[in-house]
Amino acid sequence: MSVINLKASEVQTREARLGSITGFAGTAGELVGCARAGTLKESERSFSQCMGCSSGNAFCQFSMIQDAIVVNHAPVGCAGDFFTFNFVYRVGQMERDLSPVIGRYFSTNIEEQDTIFGATQKLADTIRKAYERVRPNAIFITTSCASGIIGDDVEGVANDLSEELGIPVIACFCEGFKSKIWTTGFDAAYHSIVRKLVKPPEKKSNKVNVINFWGSKIFDELLNPLGYEVDYIVPFSTVAQLEHISEAAATIQICSTLGTYIGAALEQVYGVPEIKSPPAYGIAGTDRWMREIGRVLDSQGEIEEVIAKEHERVLPKLEEYRNKLQGKTAYLTAGAAHGHALIALLQELGMTVQGAAIFHHDPIYDNGDVVSDALAHAVNTYGDVPNYNVCNKQAYELVNILNKVRPDIMIARHGGMTMWGAKLGIPTLLIGDEQLSFGYQGVLNYAERILESLDNKEFVINLAKHSTMPYTKWWLEQDPFSFLRSDLDVKIY
Amino acid sequence: MLKFIEQPRYSCALGAQQSVIAIKRAVPILHSGPGCGDKINRLLGQGEGYAGGNTVPCTNASESEIVFGGEQKLGNVIEGAFKVIDADLYVVLTGCTSDIIGDDIGQVTSAYQEQDRPIVYVETGGFKSNNYVSHETVVKAIIDQYVDKFKKGTDKIKGLVNVFATVPYQDPFWNGNLEEIKRILEGIGLGVNILFGAESGGINEWQSIPQAEYNVVISAWAGLGIAQYLEGKYGTPYIHFPYLPIGGEETTKFLRQVAEVTGIDRSYAEAFIKKEEEKFYMHIERMADFILEFRYGLPRRFYTILDASYGVGLSKYLLNELGILPAKQFIIDDTPEEFQEAIQEQFNKISSLRSAKVSFNVDAGAIQEEIRKDDHKHRALIVGSAWERDLATEIGGDLLILSVPVAYRLVLNCGYAGYNGGLRVIEDIYGKVLDTYR
Repeated sequence: MSVINLKASEVQTREARLGSITGFAGTAGELVGCARAGTLKESERSFSQCMGCSSGNAFCQFSMIQDAIVVNHAPVGCAGDFFTFNFVYRVGQMERDLSPVIGRYFSTNIEEQDTIFGATQKLADTIRKAYERVRPNAIFITTSCASGIIGDDVEGVANDLSEELGIPVIACFCEGFKSKIWTTGFDAAYHSIVRKLVKPPEKKSNKVNVINFWGSKIFDELLNPLGYEVDYIVPFSTVAQLEHISEAAATIQICSTLGTYIGAALEQVYGVPEIKSPPAYGIAGTDRWMREIGRVLDSQGEIEEVIAKEHERVLPKLEEYRNKLQGKTAYLTAGAAHGHALIALLQELGMTVQGAAIFHHDPIYDNGDVVSDALAHAVNTYGDVPNYNVCNKQAYELVNILNKVRPDIMIARHGGMTMWGAKLGIPTLLIGDEQLSFGYQGVLNYAERILESLDNKEFVINLAKHSTMPYTKWWLEQDPFSFLRSDLDVKIY
Repeated sequence: MLKFIEQPRYSCALGAQQSVIAIKRAVPILHSGPGCGDKINRLLGQGEGYAGGNTVPCTNASESEIVFGGEQKLGNVIEGAFKVIDADLYVVLTGCTSDIIGDDIGQVTSAYQEQDRPIVYVETGGFKSNNYVSHETVVKAIIDQYVDKFKKGTDKIKGLVNVFATVPYQDPFWNGNLEEIKRILEGIGLGVNILFGAESGGINEWQSIPQAEYNVVISAWAGLGIAQYLEGKYGTPYIHFPYLPIGGEETTKFLRQVAEVTGIDRSYAEAFIKKEEEKFYMHIERMADFILEFRYGLPRRFYTILDASYGVGLSKYLLNELGILPAKQFIIDDTPEEFQEAIQEQFNKISSLRSAKVSFNVDAGAIQEEIRKDDHKHRALIVGSAWERDLATEIGGDLLILSVPVAYRLVLNCGYAGYNGGLRVIEDIYGKVLDTYR
């Protein structure tokens, strides 16, 4: 467990920093036990399918800062995600009544000769041209496997150009090969923001930082009556706004997988208190989270009133949903913290969680506080979950498990996974907006979506009848973890 | 020259994973960093297909492979792929990590080739080229390492041709285009190995590549190298049509060229052409009054921001058969210099009456700036990608998305090649134009 070190140009990977893993098969309770006992061990898969990489996650955060641009120092293929993030950005602009603008992203287009002679000159020239074209208030550089291996001095270029152009030009090191846990890319982005953009506080403000993606703005309603303003970061913020997040009264994370690093960094470096309770999912979880907010923002009285009022409103409706969902089974696949939250939610609704494939596991977050362990919270509050698999998006394992478990519904948080439920004729629900299920109302929203999906079977029944399966019969008969081995080289450098 | 790119419209060398996915029951095996397959799929792909997207096996290179090499890991993943993925052909493709550190993937893969496994390897490290170029590299590798070994024979089959027409997925309409090309070539009496997509017989077709009498290349440059290679290898001559034929005039020109060279029954071919033309022009005639009389404004000029094959084919069609005049045309496929003059020449004689200006530029951010500066007196049509959405709005133009990223439209079997494709172009353009009226 290391503290935030803003002197280092690169953030340590999650594996090295937190001891996070991507391979585990057992129960959720066993996993929590190992994590708390410090006996968590990584297993390697001898067969694996395409994952994601850190550079995409880093880009995800920079690509939606309103007045910044991104230069991806990489071959053009690494820019394959430019448009998808631009699309997300624009949908968000629409939802926030911002006028539509295209995200301004540039690829340095590293070619063969650059891998021999180096590409720092190309990087510098691209930054200059991009600056002339857009006149942004900050420029972020994201690195790639190619630029990392050939050893370009990206930090040096960033510093020189920062001086030359008079705006922050900030290097973010997010080479794909460096970490198996692609959320390290979030940490890399935040590291560079806190290190090079955020200014020391001049005064304390009444703002609360909410670290989120692009979901709906649900926090104004809660925090405005308490006398606080919400700063949603990082997507849709401005450079100037980010410069002052050190002045906030507190930091809230919508998802600890996302915000662990920046939450801890703001607290450790600038004393901005971080709400350490796991995010507010499920009634018990929301109660706990609300009380923590009340404590940190010195609003206990008001918060207790909100809790009482919300219980009165929500609990009778929740009971109705519970009656309808009682005994239904679910299988879940999602990123870590949000996956833990969904486990709590499903159990809150009276459903049986038959298992989960969760992308990675952080035994502890950067704040070092076991209070933040959302999986422990779910297990302690609602009971253990069998077939708990830590699996970084390995569709072959998922299809194998689903074929055996056959739940009433499969729930996914990330794209690319839903098809395997549907192809087997299992109603499948993708939740794209993590804030849909947040807080008291979130429990109801979520229940409604599940009921809709359970009711809507025609498409999956027909798809299952006509679809092909690229997985062999042999594989579907094997133990789903046949390729998960602890004897392979899993050393961390 | 500085070659940075704002708004990328093609991928790196590893992008050819999509060419493999486009072959029925074939699967790529990536020896690359963890994010490569996903990023390629995000730009070049709508839908995972049989075994693309999240199904693609990958070594997901980590720091330890960079330090110690990744050959062992590749071996494990290949073994696993054979067991887990039900495919007819496996193609090992490398990314930047493997190519920079110099893993010997040939040695790893050839052990399986010696056991007669259907597996091929190719170096496609992202920085080596783009996916237009590596499409050729991958197809050649499949021919050398798979077709050579499993071919059905070398005796030529009368009237059989192999078609190399689009770069699958890079051309979002590849499937529909190949269906139409197969339909019209069969229509004039040929047997067709279309090789990719829904109308292909999968690896069975690949196994008869050496038996074709001719290779037909429909492309400005990408894929031409495959035909030249096959000429040397199997002595198969090739026919080159240097752009995508769209609509009545160009499709007929294409079919006549093929008929002439292959020496098939001319009257049979002409009968098909006649029937298709009649049908095509009946539709054109039926709506000519619309083009002439619609009084509220239709596009009068067009810009294309496309690859060379589409740029030439579409410009000819829009001008000659729809009467929309060319503004400046932009080619964004990083056309190798040796082919630029021939493409330039096509634009010089875009019709018997006029020529069009063209420029080659991979940086579409610069292209958009140039178009913005034009005088926008008349309603314009932009044929480009999803990146052009705001540009079209700003200049009051209409946008037909035809190049990746498509994002704002969904493509299944829609194609713009041939007679049927030509009609579809008209429907799609004017559908969008009319939708702007209340």
